[in-house]
Amino acid sequence: MDESNGENKVAELMSTLPGDDVRQIMWRFEERYEIQMVVQSARSIARGVVARLVAEGARNSHEWNEKKAQLLTGFDEVGLTTVFMDPEEGGFIAGPKNLALSLVAFELSWVDGGAATCSLASNLALSPIHEKGTPEQKQTYMSRCVPPLPGEDRKVWRGAFALTEPLPYVGVDTGILSGRMRVVEWKDGEEPLLHVEKRGRFITNMGFANFVTAAVDSDDDRIKGSAMIILEEGDEGSFDRGATTLKLVHQLSSTSDPILSLKVPASRIIGGYTVKEGVIIPNCNHGDVIESVFRRTRVPVAVMSSAKLLSAVEPVIRYQRTRFRGGSASSAGSPRYDLGLQQKEDALQRLVDVWACGEAGASLGFAAARLFDEFDPIEREKESILAERGIKGRAEVKMFKELEKDALEYLSLDHLPEAERDAARFQKLAEDTLVQFMIRESQANVLCPACKLWNTGYGATMMREAVSLMGGYGITEDCPGFLGQKWMDAQLEATYEGPEAVQRRQLSITINSELFLAQFRLWILDLRGIAGRRPQTGATALANAMELWLWTLGYLQGTKDADGKPLYHSQRHGVVFPFVDALCWLLASRQQILDMLVLEEKGPQNPVLTEGLTGFVTFFSDLCHVQAARSAAEVGRICAELVYGYQRDLAAIKDDDATFAVLRHKVDASLAGARLFKDRAAAAVSKVMIPEALDYPM
Amino acid sequence: MDGGYHIVVCGSIVPDPLQTLAPVEGPTGPSLKNEMMLPAVLDPWAGHALYEAAHLAKNMPGSKVWLVSLGPKQKLQQLMMSIAQKVSFELVVLDGPAGGFTDPCEVASVLAGGIETIQGLDRSRLLLFGGCASASRDAGVTMQMVGEQLGITDQFLGVDELVVQPDGTLKILERSEGGQYQVSVCAAAPALLAWATGNLPEPPNNPQIGMANMRTVMPALQKALPAKVGAEGVSFLSVELPKQRRETRIVRDMPPDEIAREIVDWIKG
Ligand SMILES: Cc1cc2nc3c(=O)[nH]c(=O)nc-3n(C[C@H](O)[C@H](O)[C@H](O)COP(=O)(O)OP(=O)(O)OC[C@H]3O[C@@H](n4cnc5c(N)ncnc54)[C@H](O)[C@@H]3O)c2cc1C
Repeated sequence: MDESNGENKVAELMSTLPGDDVRQIMWRFEERYEIQMVVQSARSIARGVVARLVAEGARNSHEWNEKKAQLLTGFDEVGLTTVFMDPEEGGFIAGPKNLALSLVAFELSWVDGGAATCSLASNLALSPIHEKGTPEQKQTYMSRCVPPLPGEDRKVWRGAFALTEPLPYVGVDTGILSGRMRVVEWKDGEEPLLHVEKRGRFITNMGFANFVTAAVDSDDDRIKGSAMIILEEGDEGSFDRGATTLKLVHQLSSTSDPILSLKVPASRIIGGYTVKEGVIIPNCNHGDVIESVFRRTRVPVAVMSSAKLLSAVEPVIRYQRTRFRGGSASSAGSPRYDLGLQQKEDALQRLVDVWACGEAGASLGFAAARLFDEFDPIEREKESILAERGIKGRAEVKMFKELEKDALEYLSLDHLPEAERDAARFQKLAEDTLVQFMIRESQANVLCPACKLWNTGYGATMMREAVSLMGGYGITEDCPGFLGQKWMDAQLEATYEGPEAVQRRQLSITINSELFLAQFRLWILDLRGIAGRRPQTGATALANAMELWLWTLGYLQGTKDADGKPLYHSQRHGVVFPFVDALCWLLASRQQILDMLVLEEKGPQNPVLTEGLTGFVTFFSDLCHVQAARSAAEVGRICAELVYGYQRDLAAIKDDDATFAVLRHKVDASLAGARLFKDRAAAAVSKVMIPEALDYPM
Repeated sequence: MDGGYHIVVCGSIVPDPLQTLAPVEGPTGPSLKNEMMLPAVLDPWAGHALYEAAHLAKNMPGSKVWLVSLGPKQKLQQLMMSIAQKVSFELVVLDGPAGGFTDPCEVASVLAGGIETIQGLDRSRLLLFGGCASASRDAGVTMQMVGEQLGITDQFLGVDELVVQPDGTLKILERSEGGQYQVSVCAAAPALLAWATGNLPEPPNNPQIGMANMRTVMPALQKALPAKVGAEGVSFLSVELPKQRRETRIVRDMPPDEIAREIVDWIKG
């Protein structure tokens, strides 16, 4: 321990705040120039139009108005509106866009979450069409939503996504729909005409949307099941935008409770339909559409909350340093004048905590985004393979069950050194789309809800911490970086697109995937390797905590409580919810370490970084350690509560108690030195050079 | 004019002015603290020149714009992610230092050399643009020397406006004392215009332009030749900081007159 203390004295500290060169490497887009440009565009709008709107008080009204509408034209002008589209639809990024969209959300919410919501909601409206729409639907709506090019005389369309309904209908439980569709006219050989009734609650973009993608159920024997359907402003009937939601947050987005009662052709059913024995059968029910939409769109939301934490760093440092300047109590050159509040250990360490949490969340969110970029084409390929082979429903489930062992085999081969594995077999499995699909899916099913849950939920808590570092200033409109607003806004990020309970429910099921758990075990092995090479990262504590978590999973699944009721059950939220929370800490921390290692590995290739790389790597490694220690401790606490908390008598779990105690002790003991790394991170925060002023209005 | 102009804009990076710019003594002479690490922006005067060039090129069919940049190529690449989205141009990169402590004569000859390598550049249609000054070195002499080395003797400095008149002559407004302009008429290209602020705003980012530019920008960055400029052999007898200390404040709703008065007071010390 003395050694680390010694290290603290000699280590090179970070010289400046991390810039684009660092982030591009960590978040793996250093070779994606189109994405780098998108980042610059989003930043120009965020720190220009958006910041000005917030500074001028545009958040102080609920109504959508002309001032706020500058956002939309701003997005159009710099290309953000078309980030979602493929080049043939008028966009400019080919291939999957999850990372690009997450970075846009990151940049916008760096200044204002509502602006990010406003931008994302248009994509959300298009997502059902993008994911499941027919080719004609895609062509029509994607191209209408592309802003007119110079010389084109046409209005750009905007959309809204309407799932949520007035109480007591759909909210968290997306199954209980009251929105309805019935056949009103069906002439022989012609397109049936439907009447759609949908009342929405809290629908984003509704103040200006020209079309709505709405979830509705059948109210007619001639339509089977539910669907998502496209409703347009000009359709026959009533397109009432409804009462404006009196939001306390994200006021730069438009929200209202629309009442829609419209006559539309059945061709508006997203994904199309088939007619069987006089019944319209939508090709995709609303649940399927929503599932494939949300699993992607939740990721940028997760990134938003993390962006805000990271955006707090600079204003907090500036506030802390200048806290005592100007009065007679301190003169230039004195520590009180130069360091201000940064003379105090607590001020620095709390900021380190905020920063570490922001890093971990961003790492997890961007990892999820990249995973979906990999996953998208594989998923499409899988769909066409299944369609070709005519496999669906039960047969599909059965086929994947059988393929699971191949996927497991691939994972274990992948983990062997090249020389030791059967190269031909490995190659075969690597090229097997279905196997690769299963592996990615098992990760995506965990990473997406995990980042949505942890980044926004715990992020909101840490955002409060950031606000508190600004003292009274923090909760005024004048607070630089708009930290107070960002804190409150985080609560919406934790709520919309499925609040925390929804993510926890999903995780409590998906973590049981044998494929996921196999990867989790390999991740532990990898972390042990990292811990050997780079113990300063906190990888040991993290690996031990992962081990403890894994053991606890087995325990919970195989044990009954004092009253003889099974512990691990999806309805037993008291067990499964905290348990999946624990996993999120681990995943975020792990990804943070991986990103830091990438910076260390690839940084030297960038001459701009030669000067400061050591400082960055040391600092980010220290943040990893801080976060790993925090995560390990959290996991230890949660697992202990669950293992012991449901037994009245320790004797009932005597053997388990012994094993648990050993594992838990290992976790605790691996916290050795963690606080010293925190001290060093705090020292870096007190010395790092920051700009003279924030680069956006306040 | 038939066929438009060939407009070459000289411009490079400077550290983002919002950053803390602290002078330090480095191994090769004076420099700014953490200069490589600080985010950079396009030198503002060169920026005006570039936007004016793009505007002119748009209005004069057949015109073409080149941006010739001397700077660390990795930092130029970063800058391109925003600048290359604003206007169409072809990039010529000269990989070398862009700080405030290089010798303008060396810089000028490297720039002139770079311009000479441009294939298909028609000197008879050449308008050489640049900033009349730089945010990192305000000697205001570089563009003149570039022009001289290229044999361009019609030189206009501190330009705020260029109008191509119906007869093809160039009407140019240069800043002179007391908020007044010197108006000149230049018969034709080639000419050198070192811009003050011009009067065009910064164009918004347009990723379509960016994607098109990137096709030539990335190869240009990859094949950039190292340019030797600096202060080798130069010894700095003394380096002085301005007496006035920078004090950045953010104020809201302050009338311009009051801001101006405060700045004047500050300059007077
Ligand atoms: C500003 C804003 C914009 C929005 N934009 C849109 C939009 O564009 N389109 C759209 O369709 N919707 C939108 N929503 C709706 C949003 O998605 C829902 O509010 C959210 O999903 C939560 O549903 P609810 O409000 O009905 O909460 P409830 O379902 O009433 O939840 C209340 C609490 O109970 C918990 N809970 C509920 N059910 C369960 C359960 N089964 N198990 C455990 N806990 C449970 C929840 O976690 C939560 O803590 C928006 C909401 C807001 C506030």
